[in-house]
Amino acid sequence: MRLIRLFPDDSNFRFVRWRAVTFPLSAFIAVMTLVLFMTQGLNYGIDFTGGTLMELQAKSGQADIAKVRETSHSFEVGEVEVQEFGQGGQVSVRFRVQPGGEAAQSKLVSDARRAFEGEYEIRRVETVGPRVSGELVQAGTLGVVLSIMAVLVYLWFRFELNLAIGAIIGTLHDIVLTVGFFLITREEFNMTSIAAILTIVGYSLNETVVVFDRTRELLRKYKNIPTEELLDLSINHTMSRTVMTATTTALSLLALVLFGGQAIQGFANVMLYGVIICTYSAIFVSTPMLIYLGVKTSARAAADAKADAAAREAASRAPAAPRGMA
Amino acid sequence: MLYFSTWKTIAVLALCALGVIFALPNVLPKSVRDAYPSWFPARTIVLGLDLQGGSQLLLEVDGQALRKARIDAVREDVRRVLREARVGTTAINLDGKIVRATLREPGQMGLALEKLRTLAVPASTSVFGGAGPNEVEVAQQGDSVVTVTLNDAAIEARIRAAVDQSIEIVRRRVDELGTVEPSIQRQGVDRILVQVPGLNDPQRLKDILGKTAALSFRLVDLSVPPEQAAAGRPPEGSEVLFENQNGNKTPILVEKRVMVSGEDLTDAQPGFDQRTNEPIVSFRFNNRGARQFGVVTQANVGKPFAIILDNEVISAPRINEPITGGSGQISGNFTVQSANDLAVLLRAGALPAPLTVIEERTVGPGLGQDSINAGTRATWYAAAFVIVFMFATYGVFGFFANIALTVHVVFIFALMSLLGATLTLPGIAGIVLTIGTAVDSNVLIYERIREEFRAGRNMVSSIEAGFKQAFAVIIDSNSTMAIAALILFLLGSGPVRGFAVVFLLGIVTTVITAVTMTRMMIALWYRRARPQTLPF
Repeated sequence: MRLIRLFPDDSNFRFVRWRAVTFPLSAFIAVMTLVLFMTQGLNYGIDFTGGTLMELQAKSGQADIAKVRETSHSFEVGEVEVQEFGQGGQVSVRFRVQPGGEAAQSKLVSDARRAFEGEYEIRRVETVGPRVSGELVQAGTLGVVLSIMAVLVYLWFRFELNLAIGAIIGTLHDIVLTVGFFLITREEFNMTSIAAILTIVGYSLNETVVVFDRTRELLRKYKNIPTEELLDLSINHTMSRTVMTATTTALSLLALVLFGGQAIQGFANVMLYGVIICTYSAIFVSTPMLIYLGVKTSARAAADAKADAAAREAASRAPAAPRGMA
Repeated sequence: MLYFSTWKTIAVLALCALGVIFALPNVLPKSVRDAYPSWFPARTIVLGLDLQGGSQLLLEVDGQALRKARIDAVREDVRRVLREARVGTTAINLDGKIVRATLREPGQMGLALEKLRTLAVPASTSVFGGAGPNEVEVAQQGDSVVTVTLNDAAIEARIRAAVDQSIEIVRRRVDELGTVEPSIQRQGVDRILVQVPGLNDPQRLKDILGKTAALSFRLVDLSVPPEQAAAGRPPEGSEVLFENQNGNKTPILVEKRVMVSGEDLTDAQPGFDQRTNEPIVSFRFNNRGARQFGVVTQANVGKPFAIILDNEVISAPRINEPITGGSGQISGNFTVQSANDLAVLLRAGALPAPLTVIEERTVGPGLGQDSINAGTRATWYAAAFVIVFMFATYGVFGFFANIALTVHVVFIFALMSLLGATLTLPGIAGIVLTIGTAVDSNVLIYERIREEFRAGRNMVSSIEAGFKQAFAVIIDSNSTMAIAALILFLLGSGPVRGFAVVFLLGIVTTVITAVTMTRMMIALWYRRARPQTLPF
């Protein structure tokens, strides 16, 4: 039996050289994401905005969107979003936070329930109060920030600070691009999205750490080798594993996208995108970044230090000379 | 030599067997589980509300209302104490948490201070003799003003106690609804999470939990016509409340003093009036309540009294004769349902403070079942994709990885059953995701073995080196994942937390299955097959 080999053995691709293309590209996408984030903003779900979400399923299998919209507006509750999704007459109706406080929100929910329950099966009702949504925003932000800091400390401890910083830059890159995904697809951003982002943080670091582990090993093995070559070697050595793991993870996420059902689709889509981004950034962003973060073999570092010292000595002697002249 | 000791093999196999035993109840029908001997593990994974359908309410105890009620009570106490001591006042004002009494005669200051200090008792005494903070602090301000300030620590203690008491009352009320296995937990400082599986429409639950159910019997004040009192200022010691009759509200002037309160009820039952056949609630007092009610009704025959629930008059009947039997009935525009609900509320007792629903999530049974079906389908497909792909890439080594993967999933189910963890929809997504990531450790090891072999080592030495070299990176890469998952677990709530649990457990089990189990299988295989070259 012939076995599959996704990546050739003994490869010697010059991945790091591609930074001339990938750095500007990533920077451009990141800036565009920030611009979009500032101008357009995320499509926040009720977890973060507060309000009420109802999911209806037409008993007849055919939803009358216009009528649902009309009924929803008849409660006079301000802005209402009505959307059809999936197959077989599924509708989602989203109400904003009501000015009258919890009692008004509660009344709205029961009115809407009575109005729709004849023709629709009420599949899901969620109401999040403004205080709870505020806390969820806090918890979500705190979670992302804390995880990055905790991982930075871990990597600093296990590797070196410059490798840790490189890994974190890659992770930040992946977070920004994931947020970009939410901005462009207008996918709802809710607590599950935070879970997706944190998982992507974990996966991104996983990818990077495997390459860096090899960098660390090669640094010990080779005493004198140009940094760029060292990094290319690290990537080439770990590439078949990177491709394998990305494939198995992507395959299982693909199963989730195709068969996981409506409720989990958003999460699955983001994660699938995240796996691709993480793989890209480990190879083309965080590893090439090490060139600028001062990763060197011991011989090179020693040589540089010597050169540095010589330069400093020369510099300190140079201004002394004129004084001696005077 | 590739060596895997016999006792280690036995330990791994025993661990697998344990995993199967603990995971098994999840796939067995209930009848089989019930027939298990009692010592045999029969616990199954708890399905989250998003999978089994049901309703979840997050309630908040209104601390502000509690504070307000407390300061009002302190003000009443100050008024009473000063009146009993015959200290004249020109004003008793409320200012935030301070009651300020202005004395008519500055000469009575000493007496007023002395008497008011009796109010400054500890709010709570601990078992170990130490007194809690004083409920109030009494101080002199200028010549003729005494201030009584409510203590913050004492209020905090009261709010804590109120939340505890509320949980108990919420439990009793929810139990009365006859739902299956409701769960009621404290969350944070002042919140209560109520989860009721299988409940589709939480409206009635919200109605029942939304009422404070503070019942009181008070005399009606006839000194001023109620309309006039409502328009102007009600007499000292009385207040205007409303009776809701078919939608229009009639004002009634009632005394603030309570004859008997709901605390003195021992029972309440819904029923029907024998003459009019209207729904009513009949109740019974305890001894103290019965005595008090008897005394007051005896002294006020011919006058009306009011039955008040949550500051609304339910009815205001006339006292025709002294009521000494300790029981009675409430009538007043009830439906069968509302009479029943009131009886439930009265039996369960009054909440110390109002509860507000600040979050509500309800999932219908249809959606829950759909999610389970879709999740199961996705899990099978993911497993099939990964298993085929691993086998196609690594041959017999892929087969070992697939066995390890299967055991890994069994372990997740076993651990979740053992811990009584909740499986949510994001949790299922977590399982699917770990199917993809679990083989990562195998991939790391295999690729390393291959590398070592290609570098010219022999079979045994490459396998040994592969496991040894890959171990550090397996630990590092899984630790970073675990850190992210742990933080998600700590900060997330509900379904998202379910995802974190699965993901964390998955990381732990994959290290065991991919490293130890795979090593064992390869060692056994090598001993029998003695291959000269790698199968991939």
